[in-house]
Amino acid sequence: MMRQCVTAVVSRNEVWSGKAASEPYECGWAGEAIVWLRCLGAVKGKPGTAKARVQISPDGMRWVDEGTKLKFPAKEGAIAHARLTNFGNFLRVVADMPKGASAKMLLTLTLKE
Amino acid sequence: MDTLTALRLANPKLSRFSPMSRIIAFDDFDDGFCGYTQLVGNYEHTLDSMLAGYAQHTHPQLSNLANWDSGTHGAFDGNYALKIQTRAKRGAQNVALKRLTFREPGPIRLEFYFTFKPEANELRLSETDVRSIGFLYDLQTGFEKGGTRVMPHVRFLNALDGEHLQKWQTKSRTTELKPLGTEGKTVTHYHLSPTDWEDLKNGEQKLCYNEIPTKVNWHYVRYDFDLRTMRAISLQCNDRQWDMSGVDPIVMPAMRNLWCMLNICFFAEADTDKRALFYLDSVCLSGEFA
Repeated sequence: MMRQCVTAVVSRNEVWSGKAASEPYECGWAGEAIVWLRCLGAVKGKPGTAKARVQISPDGMRWVDEGTKLKFPAKEGAIAHARLTNFGNFLRVVADMPKGASAKMLLTLTLKE
Repeated sequence: MDTLTALRLANPKLSRFSPMSRIIAFDDFDDGFCGYTQLVGNYEHTLDSMLAGYAQHTHPQLSNLANWDSGTHGAFDGNYALKIQTRAKRGAQNVALKRLTFREPGPIRLEFYFTFKPEANELRLSETDVRSIGFLYDLQTGFEKGGTRVMPHVRFLNALDGEHLQKWQTKSRTTELKPLGTEGKTVTHYHLSPTDWEDLKNGEQKLCYNEIPTKVNWHYVRYDFDLRTMRAISLQCNDRQWDMSGVDPIVMPAMRNLWCMLNICFFAEADTDKRALFYLDSVCLSGEFA
């Protein structure tokens, strides 16, 4: 069988501010993933110091840090990515945005068996 | 029994379906997404022009129905089902669809096995947290003068404002078409707005709903539609059947770029600030044509 490979757009044109989190995404069928976090613009304040990181979950509801951190893409067109394996069944990306900072984001997962 | 029927009944994957003579698509989500993707709203020049109803949509998922208290539930057969998940907000919707075209206008049959539940983040039954699950076709006639775009909508209204209603509804109207951008090429309308749903006559149905939100049972739906008359024929869910010939679909003038369109959409709606999860184990689309 040919390996499955899927691109999932999980957050599209969402304004991230405060404690931002992407929607939970179930993808346990995949053995590897690349998360892509792209800034679409509408940048306010200084989001460049935001702490963005990958989280995993046993049930899609309770989340722990997976250990991977992303340099927050703070300018329109900027993109950050991270390669992941052994992430179990659920993935999301969270970011603690500095006070007064926000930006429109696109979060994409490239998933492969 | 004819040979075709005997062959299909002997195939365990097909035996639980009753397809018409041609199988257009048989999608078992153990095999992947099978062409189902998220419904992205129309836009021009900027994503900001997308209607809010569409902007909330996210990608469908392949789920093994994992639960915090009991582990993986699994699908009707195999491990995976297609999961359509709303955001955790009252009234939130999400839509997954498959985009086809048809080659002969005639009767088609949509069959699928489904279940639904809210995110199990409370230790209570939560049976009224999912507002509805449903499906629709987005169709357009073949190229012709006076052609039409036709959108039959069907939903199971599970609950509204906390009341457990459990009834089937249909829709005959959509919102006004709204031009997008400046090029005069793109329009949009919000056909899944909460307005204009009408009760199907005798459409109440008590679906099996298990004792806690981490147990599910799978249900069967069959929906027959005629692409020649562009009208519904019948609906079946488990042991109940309805004559749909008196039900008007949404009809609007044809659009210049959608001839012979045959899109199949599935959607979910939340009735509380909790994610609604709509699972499809498998979908069989068949038709009667030479």
